[in-house]
Amino acid sequence: MIVREPAVGITIILIASALAVFVMYPLYMVLRTSLTTDGQLSLAIFRSLLSKSYNRRPLANSLKLGLVVSAAGTAAGFIFAYSTTRVDVPLRGFFKLVAMFPMISPPLIMSLAAILLFGNNGLITRQVLRGAVDFKIYGFRGLALVETLAYFPTAYLVLSGVLQAMDPSIEDAALDLGASWRQMFRTVTLPLAIPGLASALLLIFIESLADFGNPIILAGNYTVLATQAYLRITGLYDLSGGAALAVILLIPSLIAFFLQKYWVGRRSYVTVTGKPSAARTRRDEPWLRWCAFTLCLILTGMILLLYGTVFIGSFVTLWGANYKLTLANYNHVFKVGWHHIRDTIILSTVSTPITGILGMVIAFLVVRKQFPGRRALELASMLTFAIPGTVVGIGYILAFNQPPLVLTGTAAIIIILFVFRNMPTGIQSGIAALQQIDQSIEEASCDLGADSATTFRKITLPLMAPAFFSGLVYSFVKCVTAISAIVFVVSARWKLITVAVMGSVENSDLAQAAAFCVVIIVIILAAIGIINLLVYPPWTARALRRAATRGTAGPPGAIPPSAVGGQ
Amino acid sequence: MNHYSVELQSVSKVFEHAGARWERVVAVDDVSIQLRKGELLTLLGPSGCGKTTTLRMIGGFEIPTRGDVLLEGKVITNLPPNRRDTAMVFQSYALFPHMTVFENVAYGLRMRKMGAGEIEDRVGRALTLVGLDGMERRPPGALSGGQQQRVALARALVVEPKVLLLDEPLSNLDAKLRAQMRIEIRKIQQSLGITSVYVTHDQEEAMGLSDWVAVMNSGHIEQIGTPMQAYARPATRFVADFMGKKTSFLPGVVVGADANETVVSVCDAVLPFRAVPGMLAGRNVELVVRPENVEVVASGQGGFPGRVVHAAYLGSQITYEIVVCGFTITAEVPNPEEREIFTRGNHVGVVLRTRSIHLLPQ
Repeated sequence: MIVREPAVGITIILIASALAVFVMYPLYMVLRTSLTTDGQLSLAIFRSLLSKSYNRRPLANSLKLGLVVSAAGTAAGFIFAYSTTRVDVPLRGFFKLVAMFPMISPPLIMSLAAILLFGNNGLITRQVLRGAVDFKIYGFRGLALVETLAYFPTAYLVLSGVLQAMDPSIEDAALDLGASWRQMFRTVTLPLAIPGLASALLLIFIESLADFGNPIILAGNYTVLATQAYLRITGLYDLSGGAALAVILLIPSLIAFFLQKYWVGRRSYVTVTGKPSAARTRRDEPWLRWCAFTLCLILTGMILLLYGTVFIGSFVTLWGANYKLTLANYNHVFKVGWHHIRDTIILSTVSTPITGILGMVIAFLVVRKQFPGRRALELASMLTFAIPGTVVGIGYILAFNQPPLVLTGTAAIIIILFVFRNMPTGIQSGIAALQQIDQSIEEASCDLGADSATTFRKITLPLMAPAFFSGLVYSFVKCVTAISAIVFVVSARWKLITVAVMGSVENSDLAQAAAFCVVIIVIILAAIGIINLLVYPPWTARALRRAATRGTAGPPGAIPPSAVGGQ
Repeated sequence: MNHYSVELQSVSKVFEHAGARWERVVAVDDVSIQLRKGELLTLLGPSGCGKTTTLRMIGGFEIPTRGDVLLEGKVITNLPPNRRDTAMVFQSYALFPHMTVFENVAYGLRMRKMGAGEIEDRVGRALTLVGLDGMERRPPGALSGGQQQRVALARALVVEPKVLLLDEPLSNLDAKLRAQMRIEIRKIQQSLGITSVYVTHDQEEAMGLSDWVAVMNSGHIEQIGTPMQAYARPATRFVADFMGKKTSFLPGVVVGADANETVVSVCDAVLPFRAVPGMLAGRNVELVVRPENVEVVASGQGGFPGRVVHAAYLGSQITYEIVVCGFTITAEVPNPEEREIFTRGNHVGVVLRTRSIHLLPQ
């Protein structure tokens, strides 16, 4: 194959080398650092770490939080998905829109809002309840609440895909055969959704384990692994201890990832839908409609309350004391934080197209070309999805702080980190899109005289436009909202907004932090608009493109854009 | 030098699957084909017989494990598809959904860096040829199945390939359109004099448009010949069985042979057949009985005694299944209104039209 198509062979070798250097090598450095004492291979670091109970607690805490959040998030996601796809509820479009909010904003916005409302000086704690109730928002309870709200959209996306693919006539058949609604739900709907539920549980578990932004500002004494590893390195300058904690964090994440990918992923019932029915019927029993409507309303109400609080908070003089409206926070953000905003926009704008195109190229190679090491290439490129950001960040400072490759302090290290961390979703949706494109379309192009590169550019890429679009949007959103890995590689020269938000919260400048968050969301919305214009230019025949790419969006069960390790 | 237009020299293709279990599948086994300029060859066979793989090796989508592919005398075995002068019409049409009809047809010419004026000219002619004038601006999604198929044909023809490859091009059309397109494809192919290889599992299609038919079975060619040879003089039992709607076989023994006829004893009767060279007395044979080779008469009016076990009226004909000396044979009787009609259980006489019945050595 390399002989027949040298360009393809060279591309594969380049990508494989890049993955080896920027994905595998940092991971190897984390493992090596945690397993070496005085140049000898040993478990001494782990032994001394785990001998102290205050070091064991973060592991238990992380796992407990992960389990609770994944259960609650999956339940919320299922209710939301079932209501919007299978029940005739009013305001469906509105509910779907609100469910997208957490995906296009930094997760720590939830923590910020929680503090603004329920903190010691919070609006509800002080102004509404006059201090009658202590919400104990710092710690497990607060984290569980904000992470559930931040990550339930993952479950929502996975499950609405699964439920949409389920033929409604199967449910009708159960009712027709004498089952009550409850029996039908228990014996038909739920069993068919089980692979989706398992997927959602595992994905949220991974997200919760990797979450950095929320615990760093809301954890209080409830220590978790992702932040402890960071604090160990930045606070105690204990690199090997931090690396060891990172390894401990990595293990459950990887287990969940491989369970999801190789075990649950293979158990989908979605294909047994039989003939697609033309009319998608929604259940319209009144009691079900109103139940679903109420639950959706509560959930969206909470999300809107939190986001609304942040929005209003950004205009308040001093939250908790002086609620006079002002623009001073934005003034400050644009004056003092301008460096952060500019760098964030520059670095994201540079890395997004690289991520998007690289993701599509890898998807193309993995699906369409046969070469030795194909599976390994796919796995390596997807691996960053499962690795918590903290682990990646530690890996990068271990790997690129010393020769042969010194990158610390440069823009390059941030861009590289963005590219390799944000690629998996693009690859996933690219693979899904490609599997739906008849291979003979590409063969026809080749047959008519185009080589592989031309075929990819003129045929494959345009047909993958929806996947390409979601890859770009996802990548940009993650660039602008990421904290966990990035916090290790930012420098005095290159700063990022999320780090500024973290700093503002640490200094108790909550209003400023809120203003920063609003700016982040505005940047993201503007970027989505621009990417949309670039991928679907309005001056090309729109109808033609839409007809061409209809149905090439990801299939149900693909990892949704929000699902990623480490914020 | 006088070359074949397309030639396959002992080509084999082995697929190796490294799945859960390491598998080795011989898809094409020692296939040789020689095709002159302007001829149309059909690769005919059941699914999985290797016909599509053979076609894809000519197109360059598969590389033979052994053997060589030659185009006008030049070995092109390892040349990628974009660098060989072949053009394929795909089963799924494989039209580029994000391009208009015009852009689809122009694609191959653009890849050949042709000038805009000439492209316009050639695309126009190709679309006229397939009867799609005025459809240039449409996206393929807005066309009917038959129209899409014409675009696919125009797209392949417009580059004036040395050989046109057609991979079950009509299988997605309904029966009437299929018959019509078959005639059109053959007319265009003959008027352009373009060498073509056509893959199908539909024998009627194969016979209706081919110069040559190659009947394939589990990777190898069972017989290659004109449509009439393949149908009337099948070389193997597989070909005899595969061709025709429902072929019956009756065992017999050659009892005498000369230059004019071969005499065979069948079910206690002795019948003269057309002479088969080299078939001597004492040889066991099988009679290849096509449904139209059988005449059904009232019991006692001659022929072998038989009993009707099934009868189906199909308008233009009646199909009978009749048990004759222990064997079930199928008979087709045309013009049922003009004849006596039998029903299940009737005893009848079965007369074989020996002139058209082929003898297969056992």
